[in-house]
Amino acid sequence: MGNVLVWLVWFVAAVGCLGSGVAVISFSNPFYSAIALIGNLASLAVLYLLLSAEFLAAAQVLVYAGAVMVMFLFVIAYIGRDADAPFAGGPSWMAIAAVVAAGVILVDVVIAIGLSAGGRLSDSADVEDAFGGPADVGEVFLTDHLLAFEITSIVLLVAAVGGVILGSEARKRAAAR
Amino acid sequence: MGPDVSWYIVLSALLFTIGSMGVLLRRSPLIVLLSLEIMLNSANLALIGFARHVGQTDGQVFALAVMAVAASEVVVGLGLIVALHRSNVELDVDKLTTLRG
Repeated sequence: MGNVLVWLVWFVAAVGCLGSGVAVISFSNPFYSAIALIGNLASLAVLYLLLSAEFLAAAQVLVYAGAVMVMFLFVIAYIGRDADAPFAGGPSWMAIAAVVAAGVILVDVVIAIGLSAGGRLSDSADVEDAFGGPADVGEVFLTDHLLAFEITSIVLLVAAVGGVILGSEARKRAAAR
Repeated sequence: MGPDVSWYIVLSALLFTIGSMGVLLRRSPLIVLLSLEIMLNSANLALIGFARHVGQTDGQVFALAVMAVAASEVVVGLGLIVALHRSNVELDVDKLTTLRG
């Protein structure tokens, strides 16, 4: 019974994921695309819960669906009507080449994984309840991966400074004109 | 048992394909950024799937780092888009051919 329920949740989340992903790239109004991406991120958070990554599911909803998407929506609202992006005409061989390239990536990934990991993917390791909780993730992040933690903080600092510089430069130029 | 890791990997590959099609097909930098988010998240799904498969938390830690990088990328990308909009450049990645302001 619980088995069927897990599969059901998995399929609903996966279909939600793929459907909202297609919606993101097919709407002409970026506002709708951003809303669809929130659905995509939420269904990914459900999948993370199924993979017993509770802390990352919470972080996904807080950081992505909360902070990042609000930033996106603010910028789209700021840009206004100029943000509308209907599918431009252009040569159709470009579109065909893009679809072919994307399909090649898909086949490539599936073949590479299938060849290198063939029969070993079916038996997952057993994990205890604490796996993926904040204590577990935090302990590994702050001991084994301390350097990655520090580099992440520097990357965030550089990005924040860069965002401020980009914003104030543009304002100065707009005021000068 | 629920779905094993191969289901998650196939889903992750499909999501990555959708994201890359968005990057390749669309001209608006905003939608290109949104598609990049889809690609980063598909990589995260694969990382977390494999972390569960081998029963170690390291993959989840890496996924957290990817989230931080994605947030930084959004800040810089949106800053660029706002700067382009303020200097009255048309928002079309095919027409952005010069780096000079």
